[in-house]
Amino acid sequence: MGVKLNALLKSPWVFHLSTGSCNNCDIEILDCLTPRFDIERFGMVLAGSIKHADVLLVTGSANRQSMERVKRIYEQMPKPCLVVAIGECSLSRGLFIHSYNCPVPIDKVIPVDVYIPGCPPKPEAIIAGVVKLIEKVKASQKEAKK
Amino acid sequence: MIYIVYGIVFGFLVTAVMGLFASWVDRKVTARVQYRVGPPLLQPLTDIIKLLGKETLIPAGASRIAFFAAPVIGLASVVVVSTLLWVNNLTPAKTFLGDLIVVVYLFTIPSISIIMGGFASKNPYASIGSSREMKLILGYELPFILALLVPIIKAGYTIRLGEIITYQVHNGIFIGSFSGLCAFIVVMMCVQAKLGLVPFDIAEAETEIVGGSLIEYSGVGLALYKLMKNMLLFVLPFFVMILFMGGLRFEGIHILWGLLKFIGVVAIITVVRNTNPRVRVDQAVRFFWGPMTIIALLGVVLALIGR
Repeated sequence: MGVKLNALLKSPWVFHLSTGSCNNCDIEILDCLTPRFDIERFGMVLAGSIKHADVLLVTGSANRQSMERVKRIYEQMPKPCLVVAIGECSLSRGLFIHSYNCPVPIDKVIPVDVYIPGCPPKPEAIIAGVVKLIEKVKASQKEAKK
Repeated sequence: MIYIVYGIVFGFLVTAVMGLFASWVDRKVTARVQYRVGPPLLQPLTDIIKLLGKETLIPAGASRIAFFAAPVIGLASVVVVSTLLWVNNLTPAKTFLGDLIVVVYLFTIPSISIIMGGFASKNPYASIGSSREMKLILGYELPFILALLVPIIKAGYTIRLGEIITYQVHNGIFIGSFSGLCAFIVVMMCVQAKLGLVPFDIAEAETEIVGGSLIEYSGVGLALYKLMKNMLLFVLPFFVMILFMGGLRFEGIHILWGLLKFIGVVAIITVVRNTNPRVRVDQAVRFFWGPMTIIALLGVVLALIGR
């Protein structure tokens, strides 16, 4: 595994993007930073600007308005980067699946690396999802070496 | 030739290692204050390596030369100033007249490089951050220079850093006297503002102007800025130690004292950072031009009458 990717997995700075969620997932994400869960142990820091971020956390069912912005935000993120979809809405549009305003789920617009279901997911689930993501990237790197 | 070796070994490598360590101490103490566990020891280094490997994006319409030159200028000035301080500290006899003034000028350049980078990146938030940084410099430079007069007067009107160190080795450190204590308080507050830490992190307020001047930086540029800030977290306490606590000495028990002094200064910075809210820029300027300038003047007067 390259030094670059190893360092990326050890200090993933997350950017938190709400595409019109009901705010429950966002509260649960902020819970991960609190003393009880403390994701800074793993080097994760909440980045203020998308240019500083390595991991994009998307919550909410993206509607026609925010879909454009999601695409633009994803393009502004410096690569190599990872995308995590959090909550039922961003996975499959959840409650809004029949809405005229939510034409497609997020993974039809930007590539999503890991899905964390739940309405909202617990902070434990979010941390477990990120650990699975890190393991997945490590495994794919080993595959590529062989 | 020997100065190039000093520059690379002490100015860059030792300073970078100590700066990353200081940054870790800062983050760990912050975490412990908030009842968290905190990052592992190598975290600041990992962050920098990661940022070096990321893509560098240039915003459309930005001035490319200024955008890339700004972090390099800032880092270079920190390397030069730390080399000067190390040479003064290791061989106090080998100094030139007025190196204190050179050091004061060089300490302003990192802030100027942040201003430059912010204005070059063509982002409204970055411009606001840069203009705030500029006002902050106007605020803290006056009490900073007034407070620096105290060690100059007490060491017998000398502006050589080496002579200030040797005077303190023979006659006791300056922080033990009333005037030295006044000046030390003022300089610590100015150091907080120079480092851009919390009571005075107006220029890069994450929650209101999302990172301020550094908002558009990614990849190598951001890595250089982070490294510059981490190195400043060593160089500025080192400067304070030279002026008020007799610097670092490398014989016997003095190594332990030096390390304790350094960790103590960093701990003061961290505790101030963790127990204060962010102030507005007008409050910061009023704070520096009001109480801090008065305390610095008091220190100068006390030093003149020999206290």
